[in-house]
Amino acid sequence: MTAGSPSGLRFAGEVRRGGFRLQADFTVADGEVVGVLGPNGAGKTTLLRALAGLSALTSGSIRLGGRLLDDAAAGLFLPAEQRPVGLVFQNYRLFPHLTVRDNVAFAGRARGQSRRHARTAADRWLARLGLTELAGRKPAQLSGGQAQRVALARALAAEPSLLLLDEPMAALDARTRLQVRAELAEHLTGFAGPALLVTHDPLEAMVLTGRLLVIEDGRVVQQGTPAEVARRPATQYVARLVGLNRYPGRVLAAGPSCTVELDGGGTLVALAGEQPVRAGQRVLVAVSPAAILLHAEQPAGLSARNVWPAVVRGLELLADRVRVRLDGRPPALVDITPAALAELRLGEGSPVWLSAKATEVSCYPEGEGE
Amino acid sequence: MGFGFLLLPLLALLVRAPWRGLHRLLSDSAGLTALRLSLECATAATALSVLFGVPLAWVLARVRLPGIGLLRAVVTLPLVLPPVVGGLALLLALGRNGVFGRWLYSATGYSLPFTTAGVIVAETFVAMPFLVLTVEGAIRSADRDLEEAAATLGASRGMVFGRITLPLVSPSLLAGSVLCWARALGEFGATITFAGNFPATTQTMPLAVYNRLEVDPEQAVALSLVLLAVAVAVLVALRDRWLRPGGGL
Amino acid sequence: MSLTRTGVLAGTLIVLLAGCGGSRSSQAGAGSSGTSLHGSVTVLAAASLTEVFGTLAERFRAAHPGVTVKLSFGASSALAQQIQAGAPADVFASAAAKNMQQVISAGGATGSSNFAANVMEIAVPPGNPAGIAGVADLARKGVKVALCQAQVPCGATAQEVFSHAGVTVRPVTEEADVKSTLTKVETGEVDAGVVYVTDVRSAGGKVKGIAIPDAQNARTEYPIAALSKAPNPAAAAAFVAFVLSADGQSVLSADGFEKP
Repeated sequence: MTAGSPSGLRFAGEVRRGGFRLQADFTVADGEVVGVLGPNGAGKTTLLRALAGLSALTSGSIRLGGRLLDDAAAGLFLPAEQRPVGLVFQNYRLFPHLTVRDNVAFAGRARGQSRRHARTAADRWLARLGLTELAGRKPAQLSGGQAQRVALARALAAEPSLLLLDEPMAALDARTRLQVRAELAEHLTGFAGPALLVTHDPLEAMVLTGRLLVIEDGRVVQQGTPAEVARRPATQYVARLVGLNRYPGRVLAAGPSCTVELDGGGTLVALAGEQPVRAGQRVLVAVSPAAILLHAEQPAGLSARNVWPAVVRGLELLADRVRVRLDGRPPALVDITPAALAELRLGEGSPVWLSAKATEVSCYPEGEGE
Repeated sequence: MGFGFLLLPLLALLVRAPWRGLHRLLSDSAGLTALRLSLECATAATALSVLFGVPLAWVLARVRLPGIGLLRAVVTLPLVLPPVVGGLALLLALGRNGVFGRWLYSATGYSLPFTTAGVIVAETFVAMPFLVLTVEGAIRSADRDLEEAAATLGASRGMVFGRITLPLVSPSLLAGSVLCWARALGEFGATITFAGNFPATTQTMPLAVYNRLEVDPEQAVALSLVLLAVAVAVLVALRDRWLRPGGGL
Repeated sequence: MSLTRTGVLAGTLIVLLAGCGGSRSSQAGAGSSGTSLHGSVTVLAAASLTEVFGTLAERFRAAHPGVTVKLSFGASSALAQQIQAGAPADVFASAAAKNMQQVISAGGATGSSNFAANVMEIAVPPGNPAGIAGVADLARKGVKVALCQAQVPCGATAQEVFSHAGVTVRPVTEEADVKSTLTKVETGEVDAGVVYVTDVRSAGGKVKGIAIPDAQNARTEYPIAALSKAPNPAAAAAFVAFVLSADGQSVLSADGFEKP
């Protein structure tokens, strides 16, 4: 990349689809992988479609490596087939009537390469993704993980300048997901241009991306590294997503630690963060599900400063732990091991006690990061 | 009772068929000529229908313009129009004194009526809607997602159509072609009105059946049997499509 | 055995076709032999008689107000088949002796009388685009000619004309009856057609007639008969008698038909 020439991706604009409106302004540097997080209907797919050239901006522009892809004011719109953008669709969208090899060779053929040339190039990509043995198969004969890899190979074979991945692992089972995730990380690292990965799996986002873009209701509500976002979720959605208990409230007493009266009832004592807070200020209190302990009886002699009773309302089995949903003041999500679950004999309606150390509870001014 | 009403005439055709003399009747050169002409014309009409009908089906399925409903109505019209009226309309349009045919005739000295080409035109006019509507339905329900995927891989509209859409609708295209072919093979009204009736040039099987009825009814029945056999063969070929409950066009 | 079976089958088919053509069974009036006629009389007549039988039916109705005349026109050969297949008709007027003979030998009628004769003429579109002057021109290459098919009287008679003239005419279309042939000329799709003199006359200005010299021309006689199975035999006999009467004959000659 020549010094001084604009590089990477710059999106600054608005897309309308029916009654829905997405507005965003962000950049992605070459070689950077940005995760796009957001609930269903937030506008993630709309964003990808605009970038890929499947829908046009209603205002603003998209610039990639110094080249304008879309400029509503100038009336410029490069359609999908003219954009150097690769898109891995959520359900892969492999061509059912073509073999794996011809799926991957499709982009080459589209650029006017001879069948032989395109197939040779496709074979190189298949080899790189470990798909050589599947070259002659039809998509219907592939497992989910295989199909995902073929979809990636097909997109990469077009040698795009921008790579977009729409929930690339949503359709995979948990075991396959682990394996594919590792492979995908490798390929994303090797990709020279900007890449965007839409996901709603925080772990996927943490592993695969260097920065997160959180979209809700058609706008970007938070940007930052996965660690930043996890530590200080700006909205309830992000908090739940990253597995945080997040409570808005008002500071009752400030000092080295602060006591916060929560809007939903109850109080929590938190350690003051980098930004000092003062009494009466509106704040957000966050505590990780792993930081809350669960007791069958009221704990005695604990150093924990937050102790409160609750009732079990639901149990959810995650990969290696159990997430317990509890009603109390405040309500909470708590992660425990399956062994602990068995030991405590928990079921819906079981009364329990919760405790959390003040050092595990963080408190920060509301509105930050939004 | 409805079933009996539909079945009885076909049974009668079988019961009263001159089975013993069938071979002689069918190997009669006039009958063979009509059969060959029918097969050739129906095949040519089907080829024309595919050539012009598939792009038309694509436009009907994909183009969003105000006049598209009207266009579809025009395409559907020959389906419901009595074929004789269709033949008359063709004559007024393409005949030697027709709106367009007059110009063609004065420029080239060529006119379609009474030629084999005229038969093909008449059959295409009547049969093409079957193909267009079948293929249009398939294109409409074809996976837009795959077409988008092809576009993101750099495929032009034409390539998307040729390499993705068309192969995906090929089962419907085949079914539509068979349907179109069968309709063309049985065409009578438009053919006799527009193209006339002369052995080896414009006298197709249905016209021959009609002619033979006055002269040699046994042969008319024998020729009818051939057409019935073709109809049954079409039904068998498309059985998965039509003979399943709920299977539509 | 096989013949009978096929005959019945063909009959079924033809009755179906005839039904489509609009010829309907007359109301039962058989056996009534009163002096005043009533009911309806169904007349099957050759296509070339279309106009003149319309006039004849009007005159007949004026003389017998109680009778409805139902006319059905077609190629004589087709009508003969319909009668043999059991079409409920009272009178048959054929354009050729051959087709009447078929009906008689099948028992459809006991005898017939010739009531008119006709000769052929060449019909061309008003501008005569191919410049037809005589029968020989019809054999010219590039001239489009419409004829009746050979099984139909007008087709058979036209072939006689060609053999008299010593020419071979290859038509572009063979039509089922004379009116279809005339239509092809009227629409200008063909350069010429060979039809009856009376057809050219009834077409008015829509076609132009080119006379065929007597030496080459052929003549066909029109026989008429009341049918043996006529539902209304009294009216049938009265209609035949009317056609043969001086009144009927004057109507025919006014339309250009010759005396038998």
